[in-house]
Amino acid sequence: MKDIILQYVIEEYLEDDDEEITYDTPLISGGFVDSFSMVSLKVFLETRFKISLPDDKATPEAFDSVNNIVNLVNEFIE
Amino acid sequence: MSYSDKIKKTYLEQLEQIRNAGIFKEERFIHSTQAADIKVEFPTGSSLKTVINMCANNYLGLSSHPEVVKAAHDGLESRGYGMSSVRFICGTQDIHRELENKVTEFLGTEDTILFPSCMDANAGVFEAVLSNEDIMISDRLVHASIIDGIRLCSAQHDTFKHSNMQHLESKLQLHSDKRIKLVITDGVYSMDGDTAKLDEMVELCEKYDALLFVDDSHASGFIGKTGRGTHEKYGVMGKIDIITTTFGKALGGASGGCVSGRKELVELCRQKARPYLFSNTIAPVVVSGVLKVLDILSESTERRDKLEKNTTYWRKGLTDAGFVLKEGDSPIVPVMLFNAKLSQDISKDLYNEGIYAIGFFFPVVPNGQARIRTQISAGHEIHHLDKALDAFIKVGKKYGILGLTKQEIIQKYGL
Repeated sequence: MKDIILQYVIEEYLEDDDEEITYDTPLISGGFVDSFSMVSLKVFLETRFKISLPDDKATPEAFDSVNNIVNLVNEFIE
Repeated sequence: MSYSDKIKKTYLEQLEQIRNAGIFKEERFIHSTQAADIKVEFPTGSSLKTVINMCANNYLGLSSHPEVVKAAHDGLESRGYGMSSVRFICGTQDIHRELENKVTEFLGTEDTILFPSCMDANAGVFEAVLSNEDIMISDRLVHASIIDGIRLCSAQHDTFKHSNMQHLESKLQLHSDKRIKLVITDGVYSMDGDTAKLDEMVELCEKYDALLFVDDSHASGFIGKTGRGTHEKYGVMGKIDIITTTFGKALGGASGGCVSGRKELVELCRQKARPYLFSNTIAPVVVSGVLKVLDILSESTERRDKLEKNTTYWRKGLTDAGFVLKEGDSPIVPVMLFNAKLSQDISKDLYNEGIYAIGFFFPVVPNGQARIRTQISAGHEIHHLDKALDAFIKVGKKYGILGLTKQEIIQKYGL
């Protein structure tokens, strides 16, 4: 799951001249993903992992690294 | 309710956080008209200093143009100071409709509606023309006012990488099931100075049956051969469904904005857009000034041609001196410094040399892309630009950044 999410983040958000990111890289506070564009990520997670993420859980903090996102998704996977 | 010490402390802490983050904004008081040479009081209480303004949106130098000032005076005399009403009760004068018609003609659209500002136009337009069956697909670097407008709208939304047409196409495919797809972009991006590829965007919108929205606030009056905007530059006049723009930049610089485009969409704004329905429109004095601005621009392209020449001169001067610039041909010329502190230090040193130019850094621009944003005006004469170039070179030498590449500057100063 980690690699699927990392790959999506790289393809969806990183520009060609961006530095490489890892599982721990701060995505939002690090300026790679702006909170306004998080919507794509939320929709991707819900579709790919067949879950429903309530808006109050899809916070910038919960989406701030691939590791955080994995934790969030695991909470909602049945 | 009492403003208790506890509540006060909460707010003081917020202000402290802003200061600690280094993003506390201080106003600099200008004691003159807006122009190439301005008299500034900064820091507050200090004696006035005459500096060259390199950061105004006064692209055509019309903010204090005598003919515009006279037209505003005449408008004040003939139509009064205020309307004390929203448009649809008793706040519409003949000159409001005259301005809407003139803007329609100038932009080559079908109809236009005035708003108190372009911020209000962007805040109101999406909710007026879209519903929850629709999708807004916006470029990731669109202006903050568009982001607010999108947030106020019940339609779904998605984003695409800045100016990346392949990514936009994938989003149009992804959302092909939506009733209306609205692609949203700035015409000229205010921080980078690059222009949206409107020819390719129109093509994609036609292919996927989508509408196209362009905020041309940093383009109206000077981009394109006759200054009609980014759609003129890319040969797609008449093909943009919604254009929003401001009268607060090149078009006189006072205030006000509009939505211009398809007749039905403009009419829906007149019926439903909340900033239009629930606030006064542009004051008669400003309407009169903008009418004169459009007359001046329709008679001659002299001012936008001068702006183009000045921009070319400025870009070449900075490039020859060895600065790293953002590519582009608009009068927004960002001098890239990458490091936030360096951008602030250089801005301060430039001010001491008599040049007013502001440093921008995260979160206003992406992390690691700090810069001094310079903006050229037709109000600048070559001697202004030469003096500013001398100052940039002097300060650039002091910091040892002339001739360095992006990587070398980052290596020297960090991100």
